[in-house]
Amino acid sequence: MAPLAIRLSGVVKRYGPIIAVDGLDLLVPEGSCVGLLGPNGAGKSTTMKLLTAQAIADEGELEVLGYRLPGESKQARALCGVVPQLDNLDTTLTVEQNLVVFAHLYRIGRGERRTAVERALGIANLTDRRDTRVDKLSGGMRRRLLIARALVHRPRMVLMDEPTVGLDPQVRQELWALIDGLRAQGVTILMSTHYIEEAERLADSVTIMSRGRAVAVGRPGDLIAEHAGREVVEVYGPPPRLAEVEAESALAGLRTRRTGTSVAVLSPGGFNGATPDGHRRAANLEDVFVLLTGEEIA
Amino acid sequence: MTTAPARLREPTRRLRRLERPALAGVLVREMINFSSYWRSTTFSSTVEPTIYLLAFGFGFGSLVSTVGGYPYVEFVGTGTVATAVLFSSAFPAMFGTFVKYQFQRTYDAILAAPVDTEELVTAEAMWMAARAGTYGCAPLLVAMIFGLDPSWGMLTVPLIGVLAGFGWACFGITISAHMKSIENFNYVISAVLTPLFLVAGTFFPIDELPEWAQVLAQLNPLYHCVELVRDAVFGWEGWADVLHVGVLVAFGLLTWRLAVRGMARKLID
Repeated sequence: MAPLAIRLSGVVKRYGPIIAVDGLDLLVPEGSCVGLLGPNGAGKSTTMKLLTAQAIADEGELEVLGYRLPGESKQARALCGVVPQLDNLDTTLTVEQNLVVFAHLYRIGRGERRTAVERALGIANLTDRRDTRVDKLSGGMRRRLLIARALVHRPRMVLMDEPTVGLDPQVRQELWALIDGLRAQGVTILMSTHYIEEAERLADSVTIMSRGRAVAVGRPGDLIAEHAGREVVEVYGPPPRLAEVEAESALAGLRTRRTGTSVAVLSPGGFNGATPDGHRRAANLEDVFVLLTGEEIA
Repeated sequence: MTTAPARLREPTRRLRRLERPALAGVLVREMINFSSYWRSTTFSSTVEPTIYLLAFGFGFGSLVSTVGGYPYVEFVGTGTVATAVLFSSAFPAMFGTFVKYQFQRTYDAILAAPVDTEELVTAEAMWMAARAGTYGCAPLLVAMIFGLDPSWGMLTVPLIGVLAGFGWACFGITISAHMKSIENFNYVISAVLTPLFLVAGTFFPIDELPEWAQVLAQLNPLYHCVELVRDAVFGWEGWADVLHVGVLVAFGLLTWRLAVRGMARKLID
């Protein structure tokens, strides 16, 4: 196993009576891309805040890149980049000025600052927009700038909190390519998301979170194979028919889940030798998630 | 494996409190931002106290020729320095801080870098203090146009502005850290800043006020700023000025710690 870039053990974070993170264990090997998958309120963003010491855990142990948090958080933050869920760029500054500010905040020396900014502009494909004010950029460009800002000091690890939330599919694909490029360079990535496809495409390993806990950990393919099988049949029909399919599946020892106007039957090969009529598709992480938590992902 | 191996740790020194690179980073951000709005800020920070100076200096000045042995326009001109310092430190600290943490989430971005709350608050207050020291000189320059004689002591006025401005900036940050909405600043402006502004000896000497008001004035940092500026311009008063400096230093230290504490509670969950 590679050395650990992140180690959380029994971490608890409470906000009054609400337990946002409830005994979370999380291991992120160096050089890997780990996805934190869960619906809104699962504790993903709180976990991200704990990792930058913008939230302090009530219980448990946290280590980032070998530094204990919160006491040594500043050292850890010097080696990390953070892409926040909510845009917090300086909107009256230009693209380049935003990067220059963070080159200073990340203590890049005077002699290297120019190169670092150019490199970050290049990664985010924003070189041509360097003199554009941020409030004149599109949503996708602003997201790319947020990523460039997090990379300006060549961090060893990047924390991405819902990096593509609210973006249209085309822009999302562009960002996936950017994130995939980082992954290929060996940068450790911890990425929270509630997009199933994002986690499946980018993450080496996924931690499924629900109500502040990790309910499953593993490679996306392994989790799907273990919990949902290879295939799913979605049966559409009126409510009495769906109830009938659920009852028959239960008798056959198969698991089902309601997906809006249909019932998804998992591993339908064992359906008393017969296969229910419906739309066949490959099982996915969403099936796993719903089976494990009883919640819809988004 | 239960712990991350030591080799992951960079062979760097332990980062300490109030590090220069962290303070510089926050100051650079402010300076770059300032380049986009300096005209409007400079206009309001200099024109407003100048209008006070002209209105009171020449309005009341036509009724009152001298106060405390000084021509009234010079008395007000020196007093208005403290007003300019207050306007260019406490007000931007209150509103600017609130906007940056509540709406722009700027502080979330900065605190994700190797900067802690103490460094963030200190650098922000230093920046506003520097601005206060600069803008505080505007009324003095206007008063010189209207007859105030230059003196060597005037060279210390920017420093007095920086010292008082740091305290007022930290005061503003502290208020901002405890407010739930921007409208609540009206309570502070009406109930705290306006009375302090009026009982500071800016427009009239406090020894004409009732005794209780004179006692309150002694607790008012703005009064000590006014007195210090007047003494710098018209002639030092020895230990009295040491006391004024002492009050401003104590005010700055107290509000600095309150601001750091308040913002840490606001920004760190």
